[in-house]
Amino acid sequence: MKKSVFLGALTVSSLLAGAAAAATLDDVKARGTLNCGVVTGLAGFGAPDANGRWEGFDVSYCRAVAAAVLGDPEAVEFIPTTGKTRFTALASGEIDVLARNTTWTFSRDTDLKFDFIGVNYYDGQGFLVPKGLGVTSAKDLDGATVCIQTGTTTELNLADFFRANNISYEPVPIETNAEAIQQYLAGACDTYTTDASGLAATRATFEAPGDHVVLPEIISKEPLGPLVRHGDNEWGDIARWTLNALITAEELGITSANVADMAGTPGTNPEINRLLGTEGELGAMIGLESDWAKNAIAASGNYGEIFEKNIGENTPIGIARGLNAQWTNGGLLYAPPFR
Amino acid sequence: MSTLTDPQQGSFRLSMLLSDTRYRSYTFQFIALVALIVAMAFLGLNLVRNLAAQGLDISYDFLSSASGYDINQRPIEYDSQSTHLRAAVVGILNTLIVAVLACVTATIIGVFAGVMRLSNNWLVRKIMAVYVEAFRNVPVLIWILIIFSIMTVSLPAPSAFRGETPTSTMFLDTVAFTNRGVYIPAPVMGPGAWIVILTFVASILGIFALRKYAMKTLFDTGRIVPTFWPSVALFFLPTLLVHFILGRPIGLEYPELRGFNFQDGIQIRGSLIALWFALAIYTGAFIAENVRAGIQAISKGQTEAAGALGLRPNRIMSLVILPQALRVIIPPLVSQYLNITKNSSLAIAVGYMDVTGTLGGITLNQTGRAIESVLLLMLFYLVISLSISTIMNIYNNSVKLKER
Amino acid sequence: MSDMHSHSVGFVRDSVIPPAPPPALESGIVKWMRTNLFAGWSNTLLTLVALYALYLVLSVLVPWITNGVWNASNIRECREIMQGSGGGCFAVIADRWQQLIFGFQYPEESYWRPSLAFILLFIAVAPLLFSKIFPRNLLILTAVYPFLAFYLIWGGSILIPIMAMVGFGAGYLVYSKLVTNSFAAGFFGGVAAAVVVWYLGGFITGAMPGFLALEPVASRDMGGFMLNMILGVICVSLSLPFGILLALGRQSDLPVVKGICVVFIEFVRGVPLITLLFVANVVLAYFLPPGTSFDLILRVIIMITLFASAYIAEVIRGGLAALPKGQYEAANSLGLDYTQSMRLIILPQALKISIPGIVNVAVGLFKDTTLVSVISMFDIVGLIRGPILASTDWNGVYWELFGFAALLFFIVCYGISQYSQWLERQLATDHR
Repeated sequence: MKKSVFLGALTVSSLLAGAAAAATLDDVKARGTLNCGVVTGLAGFGAPDANGRWEGFDVSYCRAVAAAVLGDPEAVEFIPTTGKTRFTALASGEIDVLARNTTWTFSRDTDLKFDFIGVNYYDGQGFLVPKGLGVTSAKDLDGATVCIQTGTTTELNLADFFRANNISYEPVPIETNAEAIQQYLAGACDTYTTDASGLAATRATFEAPGDHVVLPEIISKEPLGPLVRHGDNEWGDIARWTLNALITAEELGITSANVADMAGTPGTNPEINRLLGTEGELGAMIGLESDWAKNAIAASGNYGEIFEKNIGENTPIGIARGLNAQWTNGGLLYAPPFR
Repeated sequence: MSTLTDPQQGSFRLSMLLSDTRYRSYTFQFIALVALIVAMAFLGLNLVRNLAAQGLDISYDFLSSASGYDINQRPIEYDSQSTHLRAAVVGILNTLIVAVLACVTATIIGVFAGVMRLSNNWLVRKIMAVYVEAFRNVPVLIWILIIFSIMTVSLPAPSAFRGETPTSTMFLDTVAFTNRGVYIPAPVMGPGAWIVILTFVASILGIFALRKYAMKTLFDTGRIVPTFWPSVALFFLPTLLVHFILGRPIGLEYPELRGFNFQDGIQIRGSLIALWFALAIYTGAFIAENVRAGIQAISKGQTEAAGALGLRPNRIMSLVILPQALRVIIPPLVSQYLNITKNSSLAIAVGYMDVTGTLGGITLNQTGRAIESVLLLMLFYLVISLSISTIMNIYNNSVKLKER
Repeated sequence: MSDMHSHSVGFVRDSVIPPAPPPALESGIVKWMRTNLFAGWSNTLLTLVALYALYLVLSVLVPWITNGVWNASNIRECREIMQGSGGGCFAVIADRWQQLIFGFQYPEESYWRPSLAFILLFIAVAPLLFSKIFPRNLLILTAVYPFLAFYLIWGGSILIPIMAMVGFGAGYLVYSKLVTNSFAAGFFGGVAAAVVVWYLGGFITGAMPGFLALEPVASRDMGGFMLNMILGVICVSLSLPFGILLALGRQSDLPVVKGICVVFIEFVRGVPLITLLFVANVVLAYFLPPGTSFDLILRVIIMITLFASAYIAEVIRGGLAALPKGQYEAANSLGLDYTQSMRLIILPQALKISIPGIVNVAVGLFKDTTLVSVISMFDIVGLIRGPILASTDWNGVYWELFGFAALLFFIVCYGISQYSQWLERQLATDHR
């Protein structure tokens, strides 16, 4: 008799806990910090600097979300995840949002029960080779030894590419980027393949970057984006529209420098006013303060600023905007309107 | 008094469950069982509820779908269209390969170092002591990473073998040491090769027969039949003779640099070598200590007694000391073998595709089936461990000192 | 008889010859070398081979250390200074030693706290390890240490560890009052007392969260070698009681209890630690009530503790089995019940002879804490493989970093294993 009462009590208490867990937004507010899953260390995208402060493209997105939700861009707990652990960390609720250059694929969106909230970087898988190898196309790589960073979609793309072109290769799976570089530079593999952005970031760290080229073939589409758990649509909306706010801010010319002024004195452009909360009730619609977008932009700037600061052409990584330019400049970034 | 020893029959009270030793054990066991069931039910219930909340289920269907990724070291046929199950089997075979190689090598290194630590040469003794202490006291993961780095950085890339004046050449034109691995010649079976192999098997059997015969003569007549040189001769001569008479049916295919890599021959990959050597050297240090302890456990009186019987030093070692020492050495040796098998799961650090790398690595990543993959992984290691322990228990019982 | 001899011997020396010095070849360093290095041709050959091997190793190692560069801000600068002299780029250690030791998120101004906790560790374990030298009542330091270390490393109000300690103290007091009657009463009474004190203490700590507070540090901010130490110390200490219980359970006459313990021990010992860490990392969350989110470090501590307790249980089982059967029988014949005989007779002796084995398990476990780097925790190996090698400044410095990590582990593990050997010698004197 007593046992069943005990079990019942356990069931009830855990059911209550389950109900409470559903609303991520309330959890984050109650906790006072945002738990953001990031990469363990990839220059430009997410890595702690010498002082232990996380910096990078994905990291800045986390700060923007924290600023939008909590008003404080520093209220983020960065949780490093590997390719293996990232999805479980998100599914189990250990992290609220995963911003870890993760490719948006069908099965991840549906079978793994996640929601990709957009694309913050359009990428594709490329090959890095030493110039001395004399290879100009990925199709010349018949019989080559290829270093791959495991735990990503790269293994699958690679298998598909070589199979489609009916050429052979020898895969060398490597756990971390640093070790892959070591193998590649020592000549233990002929080529290193991962997302082209990662290749550029990697190449920038070399002693003589000029001796290495990224081959022109991009063998896959890699739309990288932040993701949240499936089912909590309110939280998904917040994550999605924070990203859109950053993109729209660049389109409308709102920067971290002028966002305070623009929010202080409503201008003539109604969309800017709506975005910054001086007009309309957009913030309330997603359960946030009216100045949520202002905070998000003030955190580390608009999309363009984040890009330039972390991976842009003036950084060691030196990636051109390319596909990641605004649609007005011939790129693919096209945020839905704020109205 | 009588009430203490003989409680009244038929008057069972509830408090006796705690106070009466006859019932108390049942109470405790019942409590333990209930606690276990409650704990299990709690965990299981949580699992079901969590999975339901996330819309997931437990299913092993993913094992029969195409894996989509390639594996470099394939003991059995495998390509990216094969199933996840086959990928897991490839991983299991790779685990077994590295474990067996490392066990053999670790034993050789360990016995050598253990005997050398007892050498009367001071320098050798000290060097071996440094080796043992250095490897025993540093995590094996660090050694794996260090040896992998040494391999990668200090050996030449295949491109060093290319060109008019290559900076590296193949060892004896047959073996190429590169940082992608070591390329050795592969045997090619021509017609009649099986006769050669059969001859070889037959001569191995012959060696055993000879030893048995020698032992029997020794026990029956006391005459010592020489076995060492006849064994060596038996090992090589018939096989080589048949091989040449049949016109060399087993040929060698030499590795050759074509394109980016050495082709033909057998490639022993760098990741395999790094893992193999790291495990062998690390575990060898532990085995050395076991061997040393085993030899030292045999009391000095045994050596002196054997000497008093007029045995020569090498016979004292092989006939008196080692058989007794082995009884002490083998149980810890087997647990070191178990450790090697378990530590081989660190293959993931150097990209060797063992079962942790395929089933617990890429398959887990690609399918997101964490619970299923990890369960299968644990099951595999458990089966290996339990079978080795069973064999060891049988051995232990067979060598146990018969006490009367 | 003596007469006969006095006649037959013509000369009898009546003074003792002064001892002559041994021949030059049989004395001093020459003799030592002849017996230890050049005794026979095979021995000489061994010496030469060993010398050559030594030369090979040292010819790389010595310039690497002596030509090492300690002052540079990145690897390119390092290479410029070295100009291919074969030296090591130790500047990375000078640059990042704080990260290597404390992790990159521990607040810099608080480094003294874990350092102090580390030093106090020696004081705390000394009475435990050298029980003959230190008086027994110094053990109180050992008992206080966990709470002090928690306060130092994690920070927060000092009231929390004090309340925890008071709870344990109250529990122990009640236990020692009641245990003379029956173990069960003492045990449950103690637990109840502790729980009551903790419950009441919760109000006090809740009311004064800032009392004597150090800056709180979250456990995920722990990293570097400190994380290895924390994991090692906590898991070994926690696994001891579990290990004892499991060992007793495995030796028990109750088939159900014995069965549970055997299955648990064999299961844990049969799988590699890394799969258990995978469980901690990717599976355990599914088995917890929805909404509970455990810290990763806590989950890892649970898993490593389970792992270690199975091994310690086996060591203690060996100790229990090694006790002469007479001890058990003697305890029974005195009329002691099970808990009394275990507590007063069997365990003190069994634990004493298991200490060297336990120390070996502890060393192994401490080394195994590096495996947490595989599940994306930033212990010293994880830090090297992750942030440090991934940074543009130090991409390519492998030997120096791994060498440094290896050195740290060597110092700690060698120290412990030397202690264990010393202890074995101490214990061995009792038997021979």
